[in-house]
Amino acid sequence: MPLPAIETNLAPEKAPQPGAFSALLRRDFYSGWRLVILAVAAMVLAPLSVVFLSWRAPATEIWRHLADTLLVDLLLNTFWLVTGVSLGTLILGVSLAWLTAVCDFPGRKLFSWALLLPLAVPTYVLAFVSLGLLDFAGPVQSALRAWFGSSSWFPDVRSTPGVVTVMTLALYPYVYLLTRNAFQTQGKRMLEAAESLGCSPWRAFFLVVLPMARPWIAGGVLLVIMEALADFGAVSIFNFDTFTTAIYKAWFGFFSLAAAAQLASGLVLIVFVIIAGEQWLRRRQRFTAARLSASSERLQLRGAARWGAFAYALGVLTVAFLVPLLQLTAWTLKSFHREFDSRYLDLLMRSLGLALSAALLVTLIALVLAYAKRRHPDRLTGALVRTANLGYALPGTVLAVGIVIPIAAIDNTLIAWGKNWFGLELGLMLQGTVAIMLIAYLVRFMAAGFKPIDGAMHRVTPSIDEAARLLGLRGVKLLARIHLPMLRGGVLTAATLVFVDVMKEMPITLMTRPFGWDTFAVKIFELTSEGEWERAALPALTILLAGLVPIVLLMRHTEK
Amino acid sequence: MKKFAFAPLLLAALFTFANTTASFAKELVVYSARNEQLIKPLFDAYTKETGVPFKFITDKEGPLLERLKAEGANTPADLLITVDAGNLWAAANEGLLQPVQSKDLEANVPPFLRDANNQWFGLSLRARTIVYSPERVKPEELSTYEALGDAKWKGRLILRTSKKVYNQSLVAMMIAEHGEAKTEQVVRSWVANLAAAPASNDNGVMESIAAGQGDVGVVNTYYFGRLLQEKPELKGKLALYWPNQKVEKSGVHVNVSGAGVTKHAKNKEGAVKFLEWLSSDKAQNIFADANLEYPVNPKVKAHADVAAWGEFKKSPFNLTQAGSLQGAAIKLMDRSGYR
Repeated sequence: MPLPAIETNLAPEKAPQPGAFSALLRRDFYSGWRLVILAVAAMVLAPLSVVFLSWRAPATEIWRHLADTLLVDLLLNTFWLVTGVSLGTLILGVSLAWLTAVCDFPGRKLFSWALLLPLAVPTYVLAFVSLGLLDFAGPVQSALRAWFGSSSWFPDVRSTPGVVTVMTLALYPYVYLLTRNAFQTQGKRMLEAAESLGCSPWRAFFLVVLPMARPWIAGGVLLVIMEALADFGAVSIFNFDTFTTAIYKAWFGFFSLAAAAQLASGLVLIVFVIIAGEQWLRRRQRFTAARLSASSERLQLRGAARWGAFAYALGVLTVAFLVPLLQLTAWTLKSFHREFDSRYLDLLMRSLGLALSAALLVTLIALVLAYAKRRHPDRLTGALVRTANLGYALPGTVLAVGIVIPIAAIDNTLIAWGKNWFGLELGLMLQGTVAIMLIAYLVRFMAAGFKPIDGAMHRVTPSIDEAARLLGLRGVKLLARIHLPMLRGGVLTAATLVFVDVMKEMPITLMTRPFGWDTFAVKIFELTSEGEWERAALPALTILLAGLVPIVLLMRHTEK
Repeated sequence: MKKFAFAPLLLAALFTFANTTASFAKELVVYSARNEQLIKPLFDAYTKETGVPFKFITDKEGPLLERLKAEGANTPADLLITVDAGNLWAAANEGLLQPVQSKDLEANVPPFLRDANNQWFGLSLRARTIVYSPERVKPEELSTYEALGDAKWKGRLILRTSKKVYNQSLVAMMIAEHGEAKTEQVVRSWVANLAAAPASNDNGVMESIAAGQGDVGVVNTYYFGRLLQEKPELKGKLALYWPNQKVEKSGVHVNVSGAGVTKHAKNKEGAVKFLEWLSSDKAQNIFADANLEYPVNPKVKAHADVAAWGEFKKSPFNLTQAGSLQGAAIKLMDRSGYR
């Protein structure tokens, strides 16, 4: 949507670049920064190519069966799910970010970080808890029946609106976190300018504030879309047929990984189109801020609005966080004596260690990627960066297999070489090592690290780079001494997202962990796969609490 | 300047790897889709008895099979443990397992609970049966799985999703008994009788019935046992019924959790010995009782709580067929609108 306030802020037209991909052939293309992008893109391309190469043998029979029976329904379901969840998270995330970043109302300080807490609640946990509470046999409807004799008027939770609501509540923090960052770094000048030109605050919000926050909002919603498309846990708890459930059916039911991969390639294409489309729409816009100052004076809400904002924030926090927290605590108290043992400390150390190392690695690479993209604004670099972010769009299990197959191939080659050249009997050297595990997390969570940092990078005006270069600062020094301090919010956001995501992650952890390297997510998998949800409450609660640590740290560092 | 340092270093490193592989030759490496809490006690007991150490990894069946396939001849795994015969069949079908000749296993595991070529063996038995509300249903009203499609159950039937392999195996058994056309009729009549959209798990089925949303359903017995252990207040609200007892060549649908030796096992002898031990009376109770399942070994008695549900006739349906008919079963359920 081209808006007048933005069109005045156009970047100068870039020189046309005939034949972008021929750049790959030029030697000067391979500068240090681009090499990192190439390496990451190659790592992401490995599992993606496993997915796309599955088309060598199209699973015609399964496709025909799907087309005859489920395909229309599951495409529609997927469409409504993605549309509903992105709209829902957009509204919740942006409104809450605006309220806590710019306005003032009772409890604002507390809410500003507390509203992030649902990030630490895995989607499947929220889905299970809400279904357990609100389904026919759950306490809510049971109580209604006890009071009124019937609960038939109660809306069916296992429905499209039900799934959409649950996923919106679980995923809105992505949008909230990124958008809040945008609002905080936006400064009030633009808003004041708009108001001095006669814009009402509401009009100014839609004409100036939102468009200036667009890369962040888009980044957050994009993460949400990818999460929603790839989600299997929550939709299967609701028995809601989507693209992902079809992928799992093809694989686990028909034992056809090929059909599963072919379906998954559809997901990747959808996401690629959405990313490319969004970037094309804002190709000539800039989002720099004249001064990176948090607004010192907050918009004071008055009267009913003050308490309305309070009730709204509290309501969201309650259903998305407090209720699951209470339910998990209740279950934990029941199962604690059975589940808590000496191995618990090991699980904790491993979960934390992995999440921390992955967060560091992904954030570092994301920083390099964002910087390289800034230094080299050509189309090829852009395409490679987009590719590097695609791992987030694949369902975890498909990605996990996509990683194990090439790794095993390398291992088998190494073993063959060892035998032929040195006469050695070797075992697998890469499979089941922590290094591979971390690389797998990198492939999976690149987008979660990249979006916040890339967004923050948009705030830094190019003239700062020019000035720095004139003063002799280049490359790593420029990144470390000029950009990094300005990107602090984005970098911390990225690290937090990745940390929490890795803590919750199941399929890759299951597939790539070394023998005996169990984590809390593995523990939850073990217990829930046989339906022992209550016993899984202790590890789930621990994941949730561990996720709070980086969130609180993040808030302390970005909050004034 | 010494410039040769790299090659010997590499060699040394490779030797270290080679040695590590050699020195653990006796250990058993297991890939398991059966949960850790259910298999770890067995590993511990076996280690205590024989000194054989274990290394194991758990995951879903699909990823484990792909991993075995990708690792090929170099896989470290000696043994694959999974739940559901369909998955064992798939593993055998993909050539990931090898036949095992063992008198003990043949004696301990009845033929219909193992692979025709002895590539895998059932180790515990799971019965999928009818659960009902004794408050609203008299057991005399029940007879067979097929009869759950009768008009009298309209709006009273609760089922779990067709995406769960347990239901796929059940329908596969019906296809083997009646052929596709008749089975499709039955499944359609089930769908017409549903009181609510299919639940995502067996506990959901039972809780719906206890709460009065429906009156009959189909579940695995161990979920029933576990739920009543956790929520004793549901006693009297749920009961089990053994269907198809009077039908010839039919009976309660049973499935297994089982294991097979991987095709490229480095320690085949050890893996077979462990399998034999698992099927013996020493281990059968640990294996089955951990999850309130039934032992496969006819000489071994079930856990007292499990035995209290009564004796029943098992369907003689050969489980190898459950795997080969699984695809047909899923398609049939999709066609019938069973979600």
